[in-house]
Amino acid sequence: MSDLNTFWSLWISAIVLGSIFGCAWLLYTTRKSQTTDTETENTMGHAFDGIEEYDNPLPKWWLYMFMATIVFGLAYSVLYPTLGNYPGVLGWTSTNQWEKEVSQADEKYGPIFAQYSSMTVEDLANDAGALEIGQRLFANNCAVCHGSSGRGSYGFPNLTDNDWLYGGEADTIKQTILAGRNGAMPAKGLNPNLSEAEIGDLVNYLLAFTNRADDAASAEKGAALFQTACAACHGADAKGTHAMGAPNLTDGIWLYGGTAAQIKQTIVHGRAGVMPAHNDLLGEDKVHILAAYVYSLSLNK
Amino acid sequence: MSTGNDNTTYNYKVVRQFAIMTVVWGIVGMAVGVLIAAQLVWPQLNFDLPWTSFGRLRPLHTNAVIFAFGGSALFATSYYVVQRTSQARLFSDTLAAFTFWGWQAIIVAAAITLPLGFTSTKEYAELEWPIDIAIAIVWVSYAIVFFGTIMRRKMKHIYVANWFYGAFIITIAVLHIVNNLEVPVTAWKSYSIYAGTIDAMVQWWYGHNAVGFFLTAGFLGMMYYFVPKQAGRPVYSYRLSIVHFWALISIYVWAGAHHLHYSALPDWAQSAGMVMSLILLAPSWGGMINGMMTLSGAWHKLRTDPILRFLVVSLSFYGMSTFEGPMMSIKTVNALSHNTDWTVGHVHSGALGWVAMISIGAIYHLIPKLHGLKDMYSVSLINVHFWLATIGTVLYIASMWVNGIMQGLMWRAVNADGTLTYSFVEAVVASGPGYFVRALGGLVFLAGMLIMAYNVWMTVKQKDAVALDNAPHTA
Repeated sequence: MSDLNTFWSLWISAIVLGSIFGCAWLLYTTRKSQTTDTETENTMGHAFDGIEEYDNPLPKWWLYMFMATIVFGLAYSVLYPTLGNYPGVLGWTSTNQWEKEVSQADEKYGPIFAQYSSMTVEDLANDAGALEIGQRLFANNCAVCHGSSGRGSYGFPNLTDNDWLYGGEADTIKQTILAGRNGAMPAKGLNPNLSEAEIGDLVNYLLAFTNRADDAASAEKGAALFQTACAACHGADAKGTHAMGAPNLTDGIWLYGGTAAQIKQTIVHGRAGVMPAHNDLLGEDKVHILAAYVYSLSLNK
Repeated sequence: MSTGNDNTTYNYKVVRQFAIMTVVWGIVGMAVGVLIAAQLVWPQLNFDLPWTSFGRLRPLHTNAVIFAFGGSALFATSYYVVQRTSQARLFSDTLAAFTFWGWQAIIVAAAITLPLGFTSTKEYAELEWPIDIAIAIVWVSYAIVFFGTIMRRKMKHIYVANWFYGAFIITIAVLHIVNNLEVPVTAWKSYSIYAGTIDAMVQWWYGHNAVGFFLTAGFLGMMYYFVPKQAGRPVYSYRLSIVHFWALISIYVWAGAHHLHYSALPDWAQSAGMVMSLILLAPSWGGMINGMMTLSGAWHKLRTDPILRFLVVSLSFYGMSTFEGPMMSIKTVNALSHNTDWTVGHVHSGALGWVAMISIGAIYHLIPKLHGLKDMYSVSLINVHFWLATIGTVLYIASMWVNGIMQGLMWRAVNADGTLTYSFVEAVVASGPGYFVRALGGLVFLAGMLIMAYNVWMTVKQKDAVALDNAPHTA
């Protein structure tokens, strides 16, 4: 680190070395003033509530251990960054240690992933070796949101059901993982003036797709409202648009819950879903295998 | 040595009050500990209520055992020791009574606000700003009583136990005030004035010195009185006590950075934290050696005196955990141990093995003396308690060693392709048996505390027991 000004750098060096040499001085003067080198029955001549204190010397093994830790500490401070801005003889930093470990890992493991890069995602989805690696990559990087079996949870899409927000083609999945996605559903869609009653109508319209509407007239009003407020993204038939990442609203699959109250919540407040980009985190070779694994999850379903 | 010629009397009332509350808060704090340990085995014990969830009860446990149990033990013994070794009555009875009732009120306030979810989120400093202010006021009063008494001492020298108590009182005041500088936004919410990495460093400067000064220096003060007193032997080496005292208090304040290895903390601060933690080994062991060697010539007393056993075993655990600590502060070891149960085990070998055991020994020494009695009601029950405490501690720390090292190894295990072998939850599942043994160990330790409560109760109920106050000093 070199972001300390000279004063603080010197200050730190002074108090670090002062503390260490202070201990050494304490040991030296105490040892020098000892009246005896061996155990004694002499006391210091004072007593407190009957407790006396022997004038015994510092135990030798303890003294040597103390001195050894002081020598180690000083040597370490010379070799590694300890004294403010002084970088240490070895030039070690935690950042360059990390970079070194990452590049060693890339060198060692990179070829394992690279061997699959010439195959298509579709082909890899039938390759047992690639899928085994893909599953591990998924467990390490994706399972925390999408679940260890890929079935998702509230706010995180199920990856096994062939219902896709952005499309389930192999290359689309790979693109989703590489660049990430930002799903933005604005509050009240394109009509910020929707009234409470109108939102109720929209909810009824959406519930009607799975025969759950409790008011047919309301659902009908909702159908009209849908065309102005929602259809631009979700499509006139409410079946969604992959290009927009707008979900199909007719299939009974709900990212944020499908009860009347949850649907209303989504309309009133909007939603913002984030899938982080993984290109910089994993590199394309790993994403390629990962895409094949995710693609395989819904294959033949 | 003293002629004891005047009419000085000691204030034992406040000592007695704190001694009794040590037992009470010990049971409360450890019972909460056993509950949260059991929650990790049986999550249903969170009862699906916010007030009984692990996240809120865990700070209640740590605050109760450190500040309520440990704090009461330190107040009781420091007030007793400073009077007897200075041959002077406490500086002010009123102020001493204020520290007792003030400290108890703070503990009750903590026990109410923490389950309600009021927290500043700083570990061991979770209490919100109104309670922080109350702590500062009580603590300054404590300092006035303690140092006022020292100034009234009848002899030239100040006994070594009082150096340690004094260092503990001053440093805790500084740590508490600096770490809790915060901006209140409502009656029960505040934000730290520090940001980011600086906040983390201030917090762990405080956090590690809560260990170094509250749980170490303070209890070394206790050790320096009760070990030679119970053994009936002079302290082994006055010179050793000088060196290890000054080295300990000057080096300990540096060690906190080892909690932040491989973090955003600058490399020099991490290195300095590690170097100082290693140099701390010898100063820490100085206290252990001085205590242990004080027993030379009195080892046979261990056969018959379970109080002495408590004191000696506490020193063994102290020596062990102050060896373990510097090892864990080494960056490469820390890379394995950090965030695992190993840390939890390390803390408890100090907390149960050292702090609790030496406090228990000191309280068993004190209770009869504060009631004009020769012995506790039952010496054999002290012995039973000793074995329960020892077995409980060993079960606890052994299970956490196993869990901690296993977790560290599982987290870093990689497959042939460099991917992690285990997901996090697999390490949690594998920790299950260790969590059970830990809860069992805690339960055994708690059982010992209940036996202690019974023994203390029966002692003070004996018909020749008088709650001594204004006891004339006998030199």
